[in-house]
Amino acid sequence: MQGDEACAEGAVAAGCRFFAGYPITPASEIMIRMVHRLAQVGGVFIQMEDEIGSISSVIGASWAGAKAMTATSGPGISLMTEGIGYAVITETPCVIVDVQRAGPSTGQATRPAQGDLMQVKWGPHGDNEIVAFAPWSVQEMYDLTIKAFNFAERYRVPAFLLADEAVGHLRETLVVKEEVEVFDRFKAPNLPPFGTEAPNGVPPMPAFGEGANLLVTGSTHDPWGFRKTADSAVQARLTERLVRKVQDFKSEVIETESYLLEDAEIAVVSYGFTARAALQAVKSLRKEGVKVGLLRLVSIWPFADEAIVDLGRRCRVIFVPEMNRGQIAGELKKYTTTPIISLPKTNGEVIEPVEIVEGIRRPKT
Amino acid sequence: MNERISQMINPQAFPTPFCPGCGHGILMGAVLRAIAELEYDMKKMLFASGIGCAAWIPSPHFKADTLHTLHGRAIAYATGAKLFNPNLKVMVISGDGDLSSIGGNHLIHAARRNIDMTVVCANNAIYGMTGGQVASTTPLGSRTSTTPEGNLERPFDLCKLAEACGATYVARQPVATPIPLTRTLKKAIVHRGFSFVDVPSPCPTQFGRRNAFRSAYEMLKTLKDSCIPLEKAKGLDPAELEGKVIVGEFVNLTA
Repeated sequence: MQGDEACAEGAVAAGCRFFAGYPITPASEIMIRMVHRLAQVGGVFIQMEDEIGSISSVIGASWAGAKAMTATSGPGISLMTEGIGYAVITETPCVIVDVQRAGPSTGQATRPAQGDLMQVKWGPHGDNEIVAFAPWSVQEMYDLTIKAFNFAERYRVPAFLLADEAVGHLRETLVVKEEVEVFDRFKAPNLPPFGTEAPNGVPPMPAFGEGANLLVTGSTHDPWGFRKTADSAVQARLTERLVRKVQDFKSEVIETESYLLEDAEIAVVSYGFTARAALQAVKSLRKEGVKVGLLRLVSIWPFADEAIVDLGRRCRVIFVPEMNRGQIAGELKKYTTTPIISLPKTNGEVIEPVEIVEGIRRPKT
Repeated sequence: MNERISQMINPQAFPTPFCPGCGHGILMGAVLRAIAELEYDMKKMLFASGIGCAAWIPSPHFKADTLHTLHGRAIAYATGAKLFNPNLKVMVISGDGDLSSIGGNHLIHAARRNIDMTVVCANNAIYGMTGGQVASTTPLGSRTSTTPEGNLERPFDLCKLAEACGATYVARQPVATPIPLTRTLKKAIVHRGFSFVDVPSPCPTQFGRRNAFRSAYEMLKTLKDSCIPLEKAKGLDPAELEGKVIVGEFVNLTA
């Protein structure tokens, strides 16, 4: 099965019953499969007039009680960015799939890239805490889509699947479990839907039509949804909780995989499709006796800071191959003083194992 | 009736944020009266709005589910909610800039799709909340903060726009005549399909003071006097309709 199609299958398995999208390469296959799958399971599909409409109707459907998703690529994420910020402040669970393509702007629509990592995290204005995963296989297009739904519902945040053209259009065997673990949103009619006693809590979320008299607003609001746009204490409490409800529990989201790192002096940190090449490179260098290992980032946001601190202590140098000009390489520098060497590639082609091998062998000036 | 209406509003949301002389309070009353007379259950209704003065009409005043969205996006948000839960009675109440400028794309496509919702445009022909800038509905020649020498751009006729896009109920009634307005709103609300009501509503603070209206009363009276029923307008040529606001029911197609 194709990666994009596996994503759609994962969404349905996770309970997604609303999809809104707008055509865009290389994500359209997700939308096309959702048309058929949602018809089979009694869900709702709509092709909207643009990506702004897509994210808007996803948010509306989520408040009507749906597990909802949209899928797009870089230019579509740019258009959705204001809506993503709205989903953050209104704590609206939703899943946004970004099948990344080479940018900036229209760039190369049919070519892969990993250039949107910072965009999904820092695109909306203000402080945003979101969840993002980077699949490296067709299997993970399925598995991580389910995880994205579960964390979106549990933390009431937008959750991203940061795929790329290469993994989206990859064809591999998909193993589908008979039963998947699914998290359903928490409801408590008598508790406020936009605030908790704890400074890092996730409030319950009623749906429209349930008699809750919901006041959903993108303005700063109190726990019941009343606008408090001139109240600095309410603003401080809200923005702190929106960040802490994810950051304080990030260990539950953060997922990494280690390969041959036990005795490694050199580390490679990689994610998404590029991690496949990185693993090949590590294996071939090991055959030559080079003590090198791979740390694969399965989740991107919240960032695996502790794993990087630990890696920095154990290794003398860290290489970061990625299909951008060093977005994650730069992020690593926040958490370690160990030398970080970026191996960027932005010509619209995937990174080959041999390029990573050569990058690691190259004498350091 | 007044008792019933008072149960439909959030007492803690008052006083309203509207300026003295603003027409939006009359529209708020007309919407609530229409729903009360129809005996609709507010708990089964969803009120979506965008950004701007008009978007405050339902949120936070109405004791119902309200969705105060991003600027221009109310119809798209409401589309998602309505499609997922068709049992919701969905009303969008927002301003002319919100619905027809930044949100124009969603307006035309929801009309084309004939989504079952009622869109009420509180049309004050200006951006009120942000300081009186020219809107896509500002009459030619009118002064605004961004057209100090007079507006050079032709305004939208939102009823013609909605009709052309396929809306199955289209009407216009100003806040100056609240009883016909309430009657029109009731028809729009019970209509199955996409209904659109353009509600001219004076903004003395931002529009009136820049355009030689000496009082809110004068502005409201001028609006009332410039209205001409559709039936009467049919026999008149364009020169005679200059400066007139044609009111009435332009489209009423029942499925």
